[in-house]
Amino acid sequence: MTRDAEPIPLSTRKAPKDIAGVVLHVILGVLALLSLMPFIWLICSTFKSAGDFFTYTFLPWDADTGIRWHDLTLENYRRLFAREPFALWMINSIFLASAYTVSVVVLSSLAGFALAKYRFAGRKVLMLVMLGTMLVPGQVLLLPNYEVMYTIGWLDSYAAILVPSAVSVFGMFLFRQAMLGVPDELLQAGRMDGCSEFRLWWEVALPIVRPMIGAFTLLSFMGSWNSFLWPQVVLQDPARYTLPIGLSNMIGVPEYQTHYGILMAGTLLSILPVGVLFFVLQRDFVSGLASGAVKG
Amino acid sequence: MNRQSATADVPSPARPAPGSAAPRAHGTSLWGLQSRYAPYLFVAPFVILFCAFMAYPLGRSLVMSLYKYAGPRTHRYIGLGHYRFFLTDYLLWIAVANTIVYTVFYMSLQIPLSLGLALMLNDRRVRFRNVFRFAFFAPFLVGNVFVSIIFMLLLAQRHGVIPRAMGLIYPPWLETSWLGDPINARIAIVLASLWLSVGWGMVFFLAALQSVDRELYEAAEVDGAGAWSKFRNVTLPGIRPVTTFLIVTGTIGSLQLFELPYVIFLQEGGAAGPKWAGLTIVMYLYQQGFEVGDLGAACALGWLLALMILVVAAFQIRASRAVREDER
Repeated sequence: MTRDAEPIPLSTRKAPKDIAGVVLHVILGVLALLSLMPFIWLICSTFKSAGDFFTYTFLPWDADTGIRWHDLTLENYRRLFAREPFALWMINSIFLASAYTVSVVVLSSLAGFALAKYRFAGRKVLMLVMLGTMLVPGQVLLLPNYEVMYTIGWLDSYAAILVPSAVSVFGMFLFRQAMLGVPDELLQAGRMDGCSEFRLWWEVALPIVRPMIGAFTLLSFMGSWNSFLWPQVVLQDPARYTLPIGLSNMIGVPEYQTHYGILMAGTLLSILPVGVLFFVLQRDFVSGLASGAVKG
Repeated sequence: MNRQSATADVPSPARPAPGSAAPRAHGTSLWGLQSRYAPYLFVAPFVILFCAFMAYPLGRSLVMSLYKYAGPRTHRYIGLGHYRFFLTDYLLWIAVANTIVYTVFYMSLQIPLSLGLALMLNDRRVRFRNVFRFAFFAPFLVGNVFVSIIFMLLLAQRHGVIPRAMGLIYPPWLETSWLGDPINARIAIVLASLWLSVGWGMVFFLAALQSVDRELYEAAEVDGAGAWSKFRNVTLPGIRPVTTFLIVTGTIGSLQLFELPYVIFLQEGGAAGPKWAGLTIVMYLYQQGFEVGDLGAACALGWLLALMILVVAAFQIRASRAVREDER
């Protein structure tokens, strides 16, 4: 990693300050390595054969020849795709997380826009009721929603995952706060130019809150990608599983307890898409995420 | 959220268009309707879903908690029977104790570690700040289930990376059983949570540190304040809102702990871990609802959890206010 290889200056006058700087970099470098170690181990473990998996901590090696590259194998990946509908789980996860993210951003921003920029009957009551429900943990809704799904026959369907979760009170308040900053004069000017109210939302309000959308999009996608409890409860057919459900079910299968590499290959592939999305949205993410909390 | 930057990059609305009022003037019927009813249309989908999948289930949950279920269709009224039973149910008390012990240890480690990392990264000597920040934040992108799978093997007795590294320091530690021993299992859960979330806290602290007014530090220096005094009197009050935010949201999240112990102990004979070390309130709720099949008991547990979260959050917010008053 980036343990900083700054040359230690010999001049005695500058020494104390620079030594402190080097020590700081060494500490940060060691901590960063510790933080990344599980990833490095995970990547190594997916290429090891079952026999080497626990024999060598990272990669198989010899004292005289160094790392035995020819002992590395893609067998784990091959078997993962051959034995389990892993590609299907991946597609399911991508579909569900994308559909969830789009619906939650659209619905929250529409409602947030209305609550921030319009005066209409019932507005205050609506906000109070929603604020109240934010205090109640989601587990309270788990059983009644399960009962609802059972009653309307949505168990083991994607509607059960997408429809109830599309309403995010947290997201709605986030958008409302951000859209309070949209200047009224701008909306008025848009109306003068013949913009419909819907276009004002799409072409005026949304572009202004763009940094926040980046952060909210990533958090929503991650939330759906990693969600476990609700999909575990409503999904039954392995062909409909998402990645967390599929992988957690693999843990119990005896074959994978002797061939851990297969499970690890699945885990690595499950983490990658979120990592890619993070790289794409990184700049918006850090600024958009923190700005709200800093102002308290 | 981001009010300052909100007005920055917007095209100027000042556009002298003489005929601009025209579409409004003659579009009285349809045009007037769309602008009058637009807000209702905008909130309608949200409100409909809210009523169907939040408001109704909330009420329904209260009602269900008064019934004893044997499967989704057969149930009978027992009043406050569930609540009365749980007050003396030792498994619930184990779950509550586990959850509280976890929350206390996890929060009292996560906040100082996150702040420590942020303070180090905020030092103006640090180079490659973005690389370090990414290294510490990356684990947050990994979902709970995947973290559990990774740590299940990192902690594997004799073979895992962590026992091996510890064995280098003191050989008998190589044989430590992490997931089979009730005490170690609890430490393992805290360890996995910390790896996952220290970077998350760090990002917030870093943003807060950068927003503390420079002049306050200079003023403190003029007054002859040392490093500790500056930290105590300038930095800490400056990052108070973020600290409160992280403590309150972190505690609420910790009290709902479920996935980590559930998946980590899937292999170790039953999902609750050795001697119920991994039994949390939400896991008990899950077992009652979907393994025992008593939906009513699970609803009652949900409300007990809600009550607990409400009390803890209210207490924390009040305490934070008291500290702020103190500083004035």
